[in-house]
Amino acid sequence: MMLIAAQILLGAALLLCVWRAWRGPGAEDRVLALDTLYVNAMLLVLTFGLRHGSSLYFEAALVIGMLGFVATAALAKFLLRGEVIE
Amino acid sequence: MSELTGALALAGALLAFAGSVGLVRMKSFFERVHPPTMGATLGTALILIASMMHFGTLHELLIGFVMAVTTPVGYLLLVAAARRRRGK
Repeated sequence: MMLIAAQILLGAALLLCVWRAWRGPGAEDRVLALDTLYVNAMLLVLTFGLRHGSSLYFEAALVIGMLGFVATAALAKFLLRGEVIE
Repeated sequence: MSELTGALALAGALLAFAGSVGLVRMKSFFERVHPPTMGATLGTALILIASMMHFGTLHELLIGFVMAVTTPVGYLLLVAAARRRRGK
């Protein structure tokens, strides 16, 4: 029951991040919303793993966490310099 | 599934939700950088501790290490880009 409540909260957090990524006045606001979206999705996958009792979800959460950092770093570098790899 | 595990996961989800609410409600970009770190640090830690207690393994520490190393670097790059774009 508590896990279902946690999943509902994380889903609402995902929707709030999507709203900020849609509305956000600047490009950096959208990147920040995308980074928060990655973190919340990773937590949601971990909660799914807890609920189903399977540790397969752990690898998916690890990959989501690492790819989230790569996406944020590449987008921030693009905003900083105008290109990703110089 | 014990009650303590569920309570830990719920507390972590509550922190992540509070961070997202702050992301929507704060006024300027430099204020909006702060709230998501609640979910990225303590929220993630609480849910990872719940997962460790449920499965009885320690490999969730890997996610904790990745998040602890990468989150400050990503936000630092993002704030540097925002400052550069505002001409500060």
